[in-house]
Amino acid sequence: MITFQHILSHLQGVITTNGQRLLAIIRKEFIHIRRDPPSLVMVFIMPVLMLLLFGYAVNTDVNHIPLAVYDQDGSQASRSLVASLVNTGYFDLVFQAGSEEEIKSLLDSGRARAGLIIPPGYSRDLKRQATATAQLLVDGSDPLVARTALSMAELVSQAQSRELRLAVLSSQGTALPPGPAIDLRARAWYNPGLESLKFNIPGLIGLIMQNITMMLTAFALVRERERGTLEQLMVTPIRGAELMLGKLIPYIVVAFIDMGLALGIGTLWFKVPIAGSAMLLLALTVLFLVFALGLGIFFSTIARTQLQAMQMTMLFILPSVLLSGFIFPRSSMPRPIQYLGNLLPLTYFLDILRGIMLKGTGINYLWQDVQALAGFGAAVIALAALRFRKRVD
Amino acid sequence: MNLHQPNPPHQVAGAVPGEQPETIAPAYQVAPAIVVTNLSKNFGPIQAVRQVSFQVPAGSIFGLLGPNGSGKSTTIRMLCGLMRPSSGSGQVLGLDIVTQAEAIKASIGYMSQKFNLYEDLTVVENLYFFGSIYGLRGAALSRRCRELYERMQLEGCEKQRVGTLSGGWKQRVALACAFIHLPRLLVLDEPTAGVDPVSRRLFWNLLEGLAAEGITILLTTHYMDEAERCHVIALMDRGRLHAFGPPARLMAAAGLPTLEDIFIEMAGKGED
Ligand SMILES: Nc1ncnc2c1ncn2[C@@H]1O[C@H](COP(=O)(O)OP(=O)(O)OP(=O)(O)O)[C@@H](O)[C@H]1O
Ligand SMILES: [Mg+2]
Repeated sequence: MITFQHILSHLQGVITTNGQRLLAIIRKEFIHIRRDPPSLVMVFIMPVLMLLLFGYAVNTDVNHIPLAVYDQDGSQASRSLVASLVNTGYFDLVFQAGSEEEIKSLLDSGRARAGLIIPPGYSRDLKRQATATAQLLVDGSDPLVARTALSMAELVSQAQSRELRLAVLSSQGTALPPGPAIDLRARAWYNPGLESLKFNIPGLIGLIMQNITMMLTAFALVRERERGTLEQLMVTPIRGAELMLGKLIPYIVVAFIDMGLALGIGTLWFKVPIAGSAMLLLALTVLFLVFALGLGIFFSTIARTQLQAMQMTMLFILPSVLLSGFIFPRSSMPRPIQYLGNLLPLTYFLDILRGIMLKGTGINYLWQDVQALAGFGAAVIALAALRFRKRVD
Repeated sequence: MNLHQPNPPHQVAGAVPGEQPETIAPAYQVAPAIVVTNLSKNFGPIQAVRQVSFQVPAGSIFGLLGPNGSGKSTTIRMLCGLMRPSSGSGQVLGLDIVTQAEAIKASIGYMSQKFNLYEDLTVVENLYFFGSIYGLRGAALSRRCRELYERMQLEGCEKQRVGTLSGGWKQRVALACAFIHLPRLLVLDEPTAGVDPVSRRLFWNLLEGLAAEGITILLTTHYMDEAERCHVIALMDRGRLHAFGPPARLMAAAGLPTLEDIFIEMAGKGED
């Protein structure tokens, strides 16, 4: 018979911690970490490597679009148009074509992504009518490239402060929605440098830290289970909370060093400044790390094997990427999806990271995020401690 | 090598189901260390342990024998509070195995069938870890560790990582860790599996020394020479208790010259 009394005594058993036993576990975990230099190196190289790789790969800016030009006019004016396109930095002049067919085939083969055709009367028309038409062909198969090419061309034509009208055509038949020019122009003006990197780096730091720290502890109990040492621990007076905290605390130190490395790469290498208080950022980071490490431990109380623990962390990473506002702005998500995002601690941590790093937000505006993170952290650790049974059946 | 001890010095309070418990010799007129009544454990359709009852007198070496899968480890795990029995009851050191499992855990020493120490920790580190878990500290802990180095013949390897030790040494370290808090009962699941004969004899000498001090030892083994060194044995077969008593008496009762013969006869019966 399971009575209320039983449940109470179980809860008490789980929650009470004995300082000496807790210390013993912490010391043991530190020895494990120290005795495994390859893993330790991995742990410190991983955030650096991932941040560098993703920092460049997740760069949503498009530049160096290969441009082919068929200049039939060959005038001062036409050369200046080409030069101003190239000077934006978004185009690389890679081909001087001799015919429209050549431009077509360059686009078809993908050797050029944009083709500019300047008709014979270009400079004459400009002088005579103050309007002239040049044609920009864009490879529409990659919308990001196409939009950037279009918005840049649009900007250039305006910057030339003439009634230069660009007839824009999309080759390869796809992907250009009708009338995107206005929208695109607006975006370009809002963020003329299009420095998505600045926006992406804080997000990346949050995501990478979550994934690495979660994996640090996801194996914590599974490894002991697989090696048979967990059964030994179960036949000692050890308590759930002691084991969970004892496994978690050493990794807070490790994860904190990781966070320092990631922030270092972000600010020194990618030159994303920390506009607000670095101390506040580090303090709130600890809160998030405790959650991520706690989640890892929780997974490892469920998983029977290291493979299963790995799969669980992978399963958690996917919604984190999609719903936290890491890539896609949450404001443009449907309501229910936004609510789902509210269940992810990363959402709050990204708020904190971007707020402090980009906008210099202070604690006053971050209380909600802090409360959410603290709540999630306490919840996963309590769950893990409750899930840990000192029995094998 | 003579592992055989012709006359176990202990009288036994044994209880094969349906048999009268024997009179207990005066020296052991203390509460039995383990009492088990109709203990059963099912894993779904598998009846791993069926209606097992026995008593183990305090201070004796009690051997649980039986072929693979006969339910030895399952019985042991129920006694240690690692598993709940499906039915039946048991007391270990006077504590109930269901309701007082945590108290049992604090007062027994356990070596599981699988090697159970941290291989990347040294001998000292393992001993200190388990010592602290059991509440030893400071000078008392280091004194206890020094005692154990000597007693378990571990001198010279204190600073060595357990993973680099040979089988016999590993098992003695595991015994030292299980014994660090001076438990009155040691529960050892196949402690000498895969250990060479010389180390096994050394290990058994240690066990007999402990038993002589009144510590009860429950162990499982597949070695007949070890079984004959036990004061009391229980033969298990497919979850059932097949025979119980001092080895000499079991052999006499069966009219067979060795325990191995009893074992083989039991296996033969199972075939039909
Ligand atoms: N956790 C479990 N879940 C399901 N079945 C189990 C479990 N543990 C043991 N069993 C089954 O119970 C039976 C008894 O197993 P047990 O480990 O107690 O045998 P044993 O006598 O210790 O064998 P061995 O000599 O191989 O150690 C076996 O059929 C085994 O497969
Ligand atoms: Mg077994």
